[in-house]
Amino acid sequence: MPQHDSAFATALALILDLDPTLLGIVVLSLQVSLSAVLIAALLALPLGAALALWRFPGRGVLVVALNALMGLPPVVAGLAVYLLLSRAGPLGELGLLFTPGAMVVAQVLLVLPIIAALTRQQVEELHLEYREQLRSLGLSRLRMIPTLLWDARLGLMTVVLAGFGRASAEVGAVMIVGGNIDGVTRVMTTAIVLETSKGNLPLALGLGIVLLGLVGLVNAAAHLVGETARRRLG
Amino acid sequence: MRTRHTLTALGLMSLSLTAVAQDETPYITLASTTSTENSGLFDAIIPQFSETSGIDVRVIAVGTGQAFEIARRGDADSLLVHDTAGEERFVAEGYGTERADVMYNDFVLIGPSEDPASIREAETVEQAFSRIAEAEAPFASRGDDSGTNRAELRLWEAAGVEPDGEWYRELGSGMGPTLNTAAGMDAYVMADRATWVAFDNRQNLVLLFEGDDALFNQYGSVLISEEKHPHLKHDLAQQWHDWLLSDAGQQAIADFEVKGQQLFFPNAE
Repeated sequence: MPQHDSAFATALALILDLDPTLLGIVVLSLQVSLSAVLIAALLALPLGAALALWRFPGRGVLVVALNALMGLPPVVAGLAVYLLLSRAGPLGELGLLFTPGAMVVAQVLLVLPIIAALTRQQVEELHLEYREQLRSLGLSRLRMIPTLLWDARLGLMTVVLAGFGRASAEVGAVMIVGGNIDGVTRVMTTAIVLETSKGNLPLALGLGIVLLGLVGLVNAAAHLVGETARRRLG
Repeated sequence: MRTRHTLTALGLMSLSLTAVAQDETPYITLASTTSTENSGLFDAIIPQFSETSGIDVRVIAVGTGQAFEIARRGDADSLLVHDTAGEERFVAEGYGTERADVMYNDFVLIGPSEDPASIREAETVEQAFSRIAEAEAPFASRGDDSGTNRAELRLWEAAGVEPDGEWYRELGSGMGPTLNTAAGMDAYVMADRATWVAFDNRQNLVLLFEGDDALFNQYGSVLISEEKHPHLKHDLAQQWHDWLLSDAGQQAIADFEVKGQQLFFPNAE
């Protein structure tokens, strides 16, 4: 399989050369995906916890809808955000289309349901376990949210990483709302699509290997933080 | 502690994002086709334009159908596409104000080197298309309403063939992906010469038919209506349009070569 050999060689050369174009693409990919995950987490963690603690009519529907939205096709999310941000759309005035900001918005839409749905499930289980203790402390449900989120933090880190995986892997949404503009909105996944369409398969696969390495690094960093926290807690 | 870290991280992130969004040399957004982008033409000519004008050109490379739609919605400042009939309609509908010929290249017929439909010996492109249909040899069509796709459908019509059946495969993809798939299926495919020459994953595919006048592929630059979309950067787009048609722009296009071949031929009036 000579193609694969040259892909690994290409990946290695890409990394060793520290090509400024590639560096820009890598930095933008991380900025977009990490920002999207951060924003999504800030919204989805409390939302998921609230959904675990409150009982109200239509809650079942909401839970199912959130679970289903975990499977939202990126290209649909991209199209929706495109229509929203297009000059002819309701938020066209912002001039966000074909900027990194638009890419963040689209990825938030993709990541939010994943974090919210999985948080709901984790917090619900934890709540069942500690319900009596929490009640004896006399905590209101609103006060329980930070407590339960904090107690579930190690599991929730994996949840957030799942969200990051989704953001860094998707191409359908960022392609539509970013436009894959060289030096402005080109990220790892859209660069891979472009090189594939040029028939430059070793370079495309090489970029894929670099992307996998990056995602691996982010996960390793998160793992390290988790382990340190675990050890400190004893 | 934790919240403070989170807030710092959030602050840094949004700062870095705005830094990306606000790197402010003046620029225009150009909706164009995959053939021009994939061949590397823009990488060669845009720096020359930017140097003289101080204007950057941000290219959104999509199929011609999508490029028109982006421009119609007011999301691009200028258009450079290859569907003359579509461009003229775009102007007639009031979305465009001015359309001009910029350059041309040509379409070529690609296929498996064994050439089961014997199109190498065909005298006209219509004959080549008829032979492919008669032999029911696999043919990969873009099927994406792009300029190339529209040109291909016109050629089937001219050949008097209704492309239909298992041999005719509509892929709904760009030129490059279609070539990748055709290489995998050993299928015939019509491509613009620029994408074909720059394309690396040919496998068993070779150029089989070229040179018929009917394969002529004209590119045009279109300016967007100020009346429909007052927010666009019409002044900057006009400068780009004028430069493309100027001696300097036309020379830049003529000088662009891939693998020693000139891929686009300037023909502004």
